[in-house]
Parts: sequence; C-alpha cells; structure tokens
Amino acid sequence: MGSIDVKQAGGPRSVAPPVKRQDFTRKVVPVSEIGTIEVPLPWTQRMWNSSLVRRGLILLILAVVWEAYGRWLDNPLSFPTLSETLGSLWTDVANGTIPERLQVTLRILLMGYGLGILLAAVLTTLAVSTRFATDLLSTLTAMFNPMPAIALLPLALLWFGLGVPSLIFVIVHSVLWAVALNTHAGFLSVSNTLRMAGQTFGLRGLRFVTGILIPAAFPAILSGLKIGWAFAWRTLVAAELVFGVSAGQGGLGWYIFEKRNLLETSGVFAGLITVMIVGLFVEGVIFQTIERLTVRRWGMHGG
Amino acid sequence: MLQPDVNGPTGDGALLQVRGVTLQYRTPERRVTATYRVDFDIHPGERLVLLGPSGCGKSTLLKAIAGFIRPVEGSIHLRGAPVTRPGPDRMMVFQEFDQLLPWKTVRHNVTYPMRCNGVSAEEANQRAERVIESVNLSGFIDSYPHTLSGGMKQRVAIARAMAMRPQILLMDEPFAALDALTRRKMQEELVALWEAVGFTLIFVTHSIEEAVLVGSRVVVLSPHPGQVCAEINVDHLGGPNSSGEEFQNACRRIHDLLFPAAGEA
Repeated sequence: MGSIDVKQAGGPRSVAPPVKRQDFTRKVVPVSEIGTIEVPLPWTQRMWNSSLVRRGLILLILAVVWEAYGRWLDNPLSFPTLSETLGSLWTDVANGTIPERLQVTLRILLMGYGLGILLAAVLTTLAVSTRFATDLLSTLTAMFNPMPAIALLPLALLWFGLGVPSLIFVIVHSVLWAVALNTHAGFLSVSNTLRMAGQTFGLRGLRFVTGILIPAAFPAILSGLKIGWAFAWRTLVAAELVFGVSAGQGGLGWYIFEKRNLLETSGVFAGLITVMIVGLFVEGVIFQTIERLTVRRWGMHGG
Repeated sequence: MLQPDVNGPTGDGALLQVRGVTLQYRTPERRVTATYRVDFDIHPGERLVLLGPSGCGKSTLLKAIAGFIRPVEGSIHLRGAPVTRPGPDRMMVFQEFDQLLPWKTVRHNVTYPMRCNGVSAEEANQRAERVIESVNLSGFIDSYPHTLSGGMKQRVAIARAMAMRPQILLMDEPFAALDALTRRKMQEELVALWEAVGFTLIFVTHSIEEAVLVGSRVVVLSPHPGQVCAEINVDHLGGPNSSGEEFQNACRRIHDLLFPAAGEA
C-alpha cells in the first residue's frame, strides 16, 4: 500500500484546508444561579400520562353510553341496561351460581390445558432429539394448527360422548399445537454459544433441555402458553354453549345458554361479562406477572 | 524462507497433547480443511496463545480441544486420555456476550456449572464469591447479565470458567468484541489474575500484540489451512514493559513469520 492516488480519489480537494482557530476557555454559570432545573408537572398532566386513568375514562364513557341507550330503548329482553346487568351479575355471584359455574369451567380448562402442555413438552423434547420427530412435529402442526378446535367437537362427541372427556379433547387440541409450535421455534432459536456453554458444563440429554433449552427459549414458550390459553378459553366457552351440561353440572357457557332459554337477557350479559373478566384477569394479571418475574427481569423480552 | 529444522513437541510433561490434527468442517456446498496436521503441547501453568490470521482454523482447533469437533486425522489427549466430548475439565470462554445464562444472576451464573458437577451449594457459593471478587465484580454479584456492560459480561464468563478449576481454560478471542481501552485493561487483568491464581490457559487471537501481552508462549499458525509454523516464548514481555524494545522485537518477529512476503518486498 502506498499513498492515496489523488486522481483516483476524485481529483484535487474541493474544500480548502481548515483555517487554524484560537483555543479558549470560559466560565460556566454555577447551578445555583440558573434557578430551578427540575419542575414537577401539574397533577392533571401526570394523571393524564397514566394509561390506567385514560382507559378508566373510556370505560366510564362506554358505561354511560350503554346505560343511556338501554334506558332509551327500554327493551330489557333484547338490550338490558348496565344497571340491570350488574344487578343480575351481583345476584348470581352472591347466590353462588356464577362462582360455581366458573369453577366447573376452570377445572375442565386446567385439566385440558395441563394435558395439552404435557403432550407439547413430550413432542418438542422428542423433536429436538431426532430428525424424524422434528419432521413429525412440523407436519402435524402444519396440519392441525389451522383447524378450529370447535370443528372437532362433533367428532369428539362421537368418540367420547357427551361429557368432560369431549371438552378436554377439544381443549387439548387447541393448546397442543400452539404451545408445541412456539416451544420448538424457541428451542431452535437458542444461540449456538449458549448451547456450547451448556455442553461445557457437562450437560447432556434431558438435563440439557431443562437446564439450558427451556429457560433460554422461555420467552417463546411463554408466548405459546398465552396463545394456547386464549385458544382454550374461547374454545371451552363455545363448546359449553353447544352441548353444555354434563352430569347435571354445566359451566359458564351453559349458564349463558340457560339464561337465554329463560329469556333473562341481563343474565346473558352477566355471563358474557364474567367471561370477559376472567379472560382479562388471566392475560392481564397472571401472564403479566409471570412475564414481569421472568423474561422482563432477565432482559429477554426484546425479541 | 527455507523451512528451519522442525523441533516438534516432545510430549514430556505435557498436560495436553495435540498430534497431527487435521480438522474439516462442512458447508452445504463443500468440505473445508481448516487445519492440517497440527502438533503442539501445553504444559501446566502455561499461557499458550494460538495466533494466526482469520480463517487459519485457530477457533476450530480450540473447539476441537473443547470436544465440540472430532479431528478427521490425529489425536488430542488430555493427561493421556483422548478428548471425545465437551466437559467441565476444559471450560471455555467465548467471544460472544450471550454466553452467560440471562435467567441467572452473576452469582448463579458462576455457581451453576459447579452445581451441575456435584459441588455442594455452600462450597460453590464460597468459590463464586471469591472468584467474582478477583474479577472486581463483587458489587454486581446479584445483578442480571443484561444490566452489565460487555467487558463485565466477559469478566463474569472468565470467573465462571475459573471457579470450575478446569484442567485447562480455553478462551476464544474473549476480548475481540470489546472497545480498545477495555480490551487493553482486560488483557492486563487476565495476566494479573494468572499471576495471582495460576492456571493453564489456551488463548486464541488474531492480534499479535494481544498474543505477546497475554501469552507465555505463542503457537504461530499459517493461513488457511492452518499449520504450525513456529512456537515462540514471549513470557514477561507484556505488562509494565509492554512498550519496550523486546516487546516490539517479538511482535516484529511474529509479524514476519505470519507475513513472510512483506519482509522481502
């Protein structure tokens, strides 16, 4: 390498060399003479910056609109007012009907959810160990993931009859593929360095999966669990609506169906609100808490 | 330049023996020979640097010593036993910052490998505290890795490897991704740590200065495919007199070995 060829570099310089300028030093104004540097915002602005406050306000507006429309319509059979709805919600919560129905639904849900996760764990563990199982998993998920669980209900009824096993079957279907797909993708995205680090610790086989792969893929696994939960919850309520009662004990979907049959529309709304609240609670409180305690604390939520 | 008489390694008193190791890796299109019949020894307490230009297979060689890659020819023996797979007796520090487990604090990153290998919780914790102190991170012992800077993460990785008391510590360009000032500081710290604790180190780099600063002996590898072209003692040239004439001479000598054509031109 020699000196740079001026002609190749684009001819003589187009800007003249810089003029040499004087050095200088100067005094900065002391902090005490500048005055206030930090001023707290007025409380109204701080309130408005909280998304909780803003959303609360939206809820309030919606409530007022609902109540006003209900009163103006004056037809409790098709559109009860908010106060009527809250009234029947309160009555049925207080007399134990809704908690009891909710318990039935949640118990079935947890059984199906747990079983689905277990099967997903087995499938993905196999899939990381052999290539055949990888292909099996990707083929199965490609086939079954797009299938709405509720579409399998007639088949489930044929195989398992009217009752809990049918419900569990459709929930497992709705959880399994979402969780397996996400977990497997998470495993594949674990960095090579982390894998090699785990291997130098002497970890192999199942200990490697539980010690390195699962925690390293946890952000993906968690999002799979969230999707799986959302699928399962929607599927279960829908399935209960379709064939509801089993052994005299119906769930939340059955409660809604029952209220419609009794033409207690405010009860239907109360059931829907319960479905909404449970969904919000699980997603907004339970999963948020898990996320805060794990992936956020570990700084792994970027991806 | 004529090939001088090759005084190959004798193997006497060696901790690790590398003999005739040819390494190959596959890309989807071809099979590439990374190193060709490499021999060297490392003795206990040495700081052996594998130095060579990019693509000379030095990292691949280190991965073979770690047990991630099998040689297609030749053998690697640790205290007489062939190396077949990765293990905690050859802890490795990687170049990448993501080698720490992000779900564990600094303390638990250091204790975890020990706990995996049957060290009691109490003992692991004591060792971890001592070794974290020695890399000057006591104030961050309960922090999560994502809150640390790159240099601090590398120090944790070094601490984690040292706490395991491996037979050999393997380092694959551990400071390459750091800024120049931090890198220099870490190189000095590493040598100081070696003087304080004493361990056997194989260190891979493509920087001649780093090799002379960090190493006690340098294995110079030729460009692709890597072959040993020299072994040179460079002990005590680094440290406070790293700007001295001896240091410069050693660097120049290695430079001429690596780039013979440049000397003639």
